[in-house]
Amino acid sequence: MQGRQKPYFGILVFPGTNCETDCYHVLKDLLKVECKYIWHKEKKDDDINAIIIPGGFSYGDYLRSGAVAKFSPIMSFVRDFAKNGGPVLGICNGFQILLEENLLPGAMLRNDTLKFICRYINLRVEDNKNPFTGGYDKNEIVRMPIRHNEGNYYIDNKGLEEINKNNQVLLRYCDESGNVNENTNPNGSIENIAGICNIERNVFGLMPHPEACCEELLGSADGLKIFKSIIDFI
Amino acid sequence: MFDVEKDYKKLGLKDNEFLKIEEYLGRKPNYLELSIYSVMWSEHCSYKSSRALLKNFKTTGKYVLQGPGENAGILDIGDDQAIVFKMESHNHPSAVEPYQGAATGIGGIIRDIFAMGARPICSLNSLRFGKLHDDDHQKYLFEMVVKGIGDYGNCMGIPTVGGEVYFDETYKGNCLVNAMSVGLAKKDMLVKSKAFGIGNFVVLIGSSTGRDGIHGATFASDELNEESDARRPSVQVGDPFMEKVVLEVCLELIDKKMILGLQDMGAAGITSSSVEMASKGDVGLDIDVAMVPLREASMVPYEIMISESQERMLALVDPKRLSDVKAVCDKWNINCERIGIVTDSGLYRILKGGELLGEIPVKTLTDDAPIYHHKSEKPKYIDELNKYLLTDADLSDLLNKFSHNEILKKIISSPNICSKKWVWEQYDHMVQTNTALLPGHDSAVIRIKGTSKAIAFSCDGNGRYCYLDPYKGAMIAVAETARNLACCGALPMGLTDCLNYGNPEKPGIFWQFKNSIDGIIKACETLDIPVISGNVSLYNESFGKAVYPTPVIGTAGLIADISNLVGMDFKNNDDIIILIGIENGSVSSVNDGMGGSEFMELFFNKVAGMCPDIDLDYEKSLDGLMIDLIKAGLIKSAHDVSTGGIATAIAESCISGRIGAKINIDLNQKSLLENLYNEKQSRIVVSADSKNLAQIKQKCDESNTGCRQIGLAGGEILSINNEINIEIKEIIKLYDNAIEKIMSK
Repeated sequence: MQGRQKPYFGILVFPGTNCETDCYHVLKDLLKVECKYIWHKEKKDDDINAIIIPGGFSYGDYLRSGAVAKFSPIMSFVRDFAKNGGPVLGICNGFQILLEENLLPGAMLRNDTLKFICRYINLRVEDNKNPFTGGYDKNEIVRMPIRHNEGNYYIDNKGLEEINKNNQVLLRYCDESGNVNENTNPNGSIENIAGICNIERNVFGLMPHPEACCEELLGSADGLKIFKSIIDFI
Repeated sequence: MFDVEKDYKKLGLKDNEFLKIEEYLGRKPNYLELSIYSVMWSEHCSYKSSRALLKNFKTTGKYVLQGPGENAGILDIGDDQAIVFKMESHNHPSAVEPYQGAATGIGGIIRDIFAMGARPICSLNSLRFGKLHDDDHQKYLFEMVVKGIGDYGNCMGIPTVGGEVYFDETYKGNCLVNAMSVGLAKKDMLVKSKAFGIGNFVVLIGSSTGRDGIHGATFASDELNEESDARRPSVQVGDPFMEKVVLEVCLELIDKKMILGLQDMGAAGITSSSVEMASKGDVGLDIDVAMVPLREASMVPYEIMISESQERMLALVDPKRLSDVKAVCDKWNINCERIGIVTDSGLYRILKGGELLGEIPVKTLTDDAPIYHHKSEKPKYIDELNKYLLTDADLSDLLNKFSHNEILKKIISSPNICSKKWVWEQYDHMVQTNTALLPGHDSAVIRIKGTSKAIAFSCDGNGRYCYLDPYKGAMIAVAETARNLACCGALPMGLTDCLNYGNPEKPGIFWQFKNSIDGIIKACETLDIPVISGNVSLYNESFGKAVYPTPVIGTAGLIADISNLVGMDFKNNDDIIILIGIENGSVSSVNDGMGGSEFMELFFNKVAGMCPDIDLDYEKSLDGLMIDLIKAGLIKSAHDVSTGGIATAIAESCISGRIGAKINIDLNQKSLLENLYNEKQSRIVVSADSKNLAQIKQKCDESNTGCRQIGLAGGEILSINNEINIEIKEIIKLYDNAIEKIMSK
């Protein structure tokens, strides 16, 4: 782990990133922890001990979501940071970047509705033994918004078996009572997968936007525990 | 070969206009100069048919920092903060190329906002198409316009939080796509667009210039016809990623105080944006086309000057800061070229390197452009249609065909009434994490971080009312936005308008236009809401037939303390339901509120009768009362009665709250149908804890507004006068899925 004691988050900013200020607001204004933006052209940052790759449309997502961002200079730092056990959270486009970067297994397809989807959905917490969902109970049902064109997670059978076996699936789309099935799947994602971590459990990608639901005023405060869990872990 | 003297009409110029150009120049214009005149004098850029009328708007008020005349208007919201907003149309481009037309409409209005130094915080839109049923083309237009708006706004990270969608055959050949964008700025960061300081540079920031959108402004100033399809290349192509980068660059430049002025480049491209800057500053300007970064090297000067390539801005820069400006643009990897210089000549000169290509006195392109006072005549159809009344026989025939249950179900499944979630779920309406009321309520509410404040927005217009009576219809549009805001506890501060009409050279159309402007003026004065920005879209006709006169109003209101915010949803079992406002009495029986109603159109296929009356003074006290009730924490929900009448308003509050209601309406010697579906104005359905009834009544009495308890919330059934009994589950399904059902057919 990093040498620092106090949490210090780095929020990556690529051209086209658009949720960086939302993450900043949660960390700085609501949770009162240190954080800063890191421009994608930077090569490294020695201050931070957690990384957030926020949502948005890096490089317009014109080629494939996240496909261009992985060539940014900062990404080799992210790789090393992850390799050394530092917590990395990828939200929406950030999740897509982590997949393109092979820090997480699988790939993202267009929503099977062929439309952008913006709405609140329910999620079932599948595992809480990791730095990200530790604040929830196992099987807890939480409400968060999804906002994406390409959230249809795919992985081949062998990979699927693996991530299931290793409890890498942290969140699945469900209904209010926790039922996981076709009717509660908003985008065609395989086995209703909404978020996964790597086998070392320090890199987490999810399609829902926890930073958008940290205050009751906005419809839900269920997202806050993800950030709190990371802070506790650090 | 283009012969200037013979072919000026091809550029949309009229005979008298060509003569005037010769007079201004004292010689024949060359092709480049003629092109510049043609775009600057187009209706779209010059407002030549509307300028004389628009100057009568009330444009000042307590909150106004900037009225019409800049890229967008500005309101002071306290705490050294300001909001900047404007609404604009992109009707013609959307009619021929719906995806790009709508997308670039959004792009354009967003640029207007950040051109003022504000960060865009939300967008709204107002859309109108022909009816969707069995019309694949209308479905295509609707689908692509929504996608165009969504893809652009979503990528920009600007939430699209509200608006309205209507379907009527009048818009079949000429859809309306009106977009409103809102920005938040620190007051000391606001910038203007005027050019000043002889020797200062004019710098182009953003995309390279290509051949897209040439003559777009002229196209937007003409009727649509069989040749319009061939105008598709006049439609620009949007690149929201580039715009997001341009946005960040511009705000960084303003933040670092590196630029002196900023102007959006929209219709008529470099020409219009630079001419406007020069005209506002009373200076001359030299533009060098050789300096403009091009997509195609072979572009000729007139193409460069009037190209409407998107995602470009013009900045005014002190020569000493040019290298700093370039460094910021380099960081973001975008173009930054000095293309012009401010002069004291009063001339707009176009050069290519050292060669002078054209020279025009600046003011002849702007202030001295032609102004038209078209002939105005009341169209004959109005008196004829106003006579129409639904008879008792009509209503009893309807009840022979359908039960009361079936009628309500049909009303709430009408695309004009039902949930627009099919639309807003394709828009990111939550990014920036300020959306305090999700779409579907009377207003969109955006909280201002770091304060207890919120700003509410409402967009409204009713073409049918305006068709039957443009004066009253326009007043109602303004009043309804104010009422929508009041239902969320917001005090109206100012509005923007987007005025959509047919060909103003036709006396009947001009009469509609003139009367609705008068209606807006009257409503703004009585309700004390200044007009701070706006847009006029004329020539909305296809094959000689005009759309209904459709003024769309977007109003912003201030919520001082967001903690008492209410939505339209009924909340708890046994909450009392109260109707506040004019129930039956004061309106004459001739004007029964059924004219132009959704009920009449849906079941009798008629847009006729009299536009509902509106008493603006009454409206003002009603809105004040609502704000007061919400501030005092006395009510739990509020929803105004509009399209679809009181039955719809009640059903919507049930649907939104996922809860039933038992309602008993005093029939007052009228049929139940008339009571349920008339669209009389100035009425609001509220719900409250029963312990507050006495206090609410007292406040209503004090403001002379009148109220009556009409029922109780609760249970799983909506029951009205025991004639309607429908399970809430069923209503929700019909209401939520109506559009999706039509679109997937």
